[in-house]
Amino acid sequence: MENIKEKPVETKRHSYKSLLVENIKYRTHLTKKYINRSLYKPVDEKMIHVFIPGTIVKIFVKKGKKVNEGERLLVFEAMKMNNDILSPVDGVVESVNVKVGDKVTKQQIIIELK
Amino acid sequence: MGLKQKTADLKKRMREAVKGGGTKAIEKQKAIGKKTARERILAILDPKSFHEYDMFVKHAGTDFNMDKKFLPGDGVITGTGTISGHPVCIYAQDFTVAGGSLGWAHAKKITKIMDHAMKLKIPIIGINDSGGARIQEGVNALAGYGEIFYRNTQASGVIPQISVILGPCAGGAVYSPALTDFVFVVDGVSKMFITGPEVIKTVLGEEISMEDLGGAKVHSEITGNAHFYAESEEECFYQIKELVSFIPWNNEIKATPYPKKSPKTRKFNIPDIIPADPRQPYDVRHIVKAITDDSEFFEIQELFAANIVIGFGRISGQTVGFVANQPLVLAGVLDVDSSDKAARFIRYCDSFNIPLVTLVDLPGYLPGVDQEHAGVIRHGAKLLYAYSEATVPKITVIMRKAYGGGYIAMCSAHLRADFVCAWPTAEIAVMGPEGAANIIFRNEIKNAENPEEMRKQKVKEYKNKFANPYVAAAYGYVDAVIEPYETRKFIVHALEVSDHKDIIGPKKKHGIPPF
Repeated sequence: MENIKEKPVETKRHSYKSLLVENIKYRTHLTKKYINRSLYKPVDEKMIHVFIPGTIVKIFVKKGKKVNEGERLLVFEAMKMNNDILSPVDGVVESVNVKVGDKVTKQQIIIELK
Repeated sequence: MGLKQKTADLKKRMREAVKGGGTKAIEKQKAIGKKTARERILAILDPKSFHEYDMFVKHAGTDFNMDKKFLPGDGVITGTGTISGHPVCIYAQDFTVAGGSLGWAHAKKITKIMDHAMKLKIPIIGINDSGGARIQEGVNALAGYGEIFYRNTQASGVIPQISVILGPCAGGAVYSPALTDFVFVVDGVSKMFITGPEVIKTVLGEEISMEDLGGAKVHSEITGNAHFYAESEEECFYQIKELVSFIPWNNEIKATPYPKKSPKTRKFNIPDIIPADPRQPYDVRHIVKAITDDSEFFEIQELFAANIVIGFGRISGQTVGFVANQPLVLAGVLDVDSSDKAARFIRYCDSFNIPLVTLVDLPGYLPGVDQEHAGVIRHGAKLLYAYSEATVPKITVIMRKAYGGGYIAMCSAHLRADFVCAWPTAEIAVMGPEGAANIIFRNEIKNAENPEEMRKQKVKEYKNKFANPYVAAAYGYVDAVIEPYETRKFIVHALEVSDHKDIIGPKKKHGIPPF
């Protein structure tokens, strides 16, 4: 008898977003994780960045210097280790964005080549 | 000394042991809203069922003046008891005694009760509340963890293993819960991480609170390490009792049957729940409830990868594991997290003789660079592996969309579902009509006077011809096309006739699933 009193399930119609899968648009909720996902950016090898936070210890290059692939650009301390940052390509230093003693954060661009 | 004095001496010793870390430490524990280890055990078990062992075990530390210290029970309480009549082994780390730190004797007590559970073939419940290894005992503390991890692995798939995180559980200690079947967490109480906020700050300069790094919400929503999230310890204990009622004591028997009940079909009426347009969402949990006894559904990992729903329900009194695409979230797509979540659950059910019911309604896999780079190939493969490998009765209900790889992965006939039924609303096709028409009729569309008009027409043509269950039924990939209201009847019968299902696969040590 109790069953009779219960109302049928209500379907909420608000706040749906759309999601495109194989050319079909579906109405649905999105998850926090999906919304916050990092969007892909093509890697630009000439933008030298650090992967972990740390401190700049030594800098070997200046604006305008020609560098070869594998040449040491600077030394950067992180995880209690001195890490050599090498040039990934042949090029010319366009700008050095840090000075000795600077603390840098993850993904920060420290040297730009051209 | 006569019996009287000896008894008095025993009582005195027991009083000492029961005090744990003493009044001050207990007050501290309570001040942060935590129960004591003993209170937790008593709250989980049936009244008067707890029997404690190894109450007088002494700790093994000798260095750093540790030999002069008395640590009651060495910071962990172990014993046996019952939960609604189901026998269990249980241990609880006592944070009031040396921060619940794990020394050699502490670990020995835990491994002893684990061995006990294995011999008796009953579930083991571990309550974690510990600052980590007892540094003073050095390498013996590490040995203790290793012995626990080894036993967790040996017990995996033999007896149910339940971990309850009711305090810190950091560093190596996290790997015991990670190796067990179900992890329970409580908001504001549970904290799990490999490296804590302090280390992260000194080494990486990143500042984060304990809660944001490894709190209950994080592990329930983001990492998927936890299976059950509760707002309070009481709610958590209630969830544990519920879970124990659904699972068997070991891998040789079935879960205890309960009295048969009908679903509440007035509240959960399938035709009222499901929109015929495959692009419209609904809550698939309502479909599950339209099928299960008393419309009861015990969901697992509710907050993690909500685009797939997993959990237990009963059909004719028998425990069944449900795996269902959730159109309400991300249109019910398969992705890295949802494949991982479902695959592990399927393997759990297979290990413990729990039949699987799969409810299918998905557009396919989630597109995106992040998914591809996160390894959706190998994670997605876990689902195929788990379904193919499972030998428990497998029943599949195709409700609406079942396109492409998603159709195969969701326990299709090809992965050896024993019974596949489809509703008239089912669309079983190599891909969605829009995508398929664009490929098949590419030239017709391109060369048409009005390509958009032609595209629409071709999509319609494709839909009429292929977006139905009858093409698959014609090949026998679907065993029966049924009306939605007949679903429970179909499953009840399928379970009845597959009670003695027996499959012997090729001889092997073990497979190599895409972990």
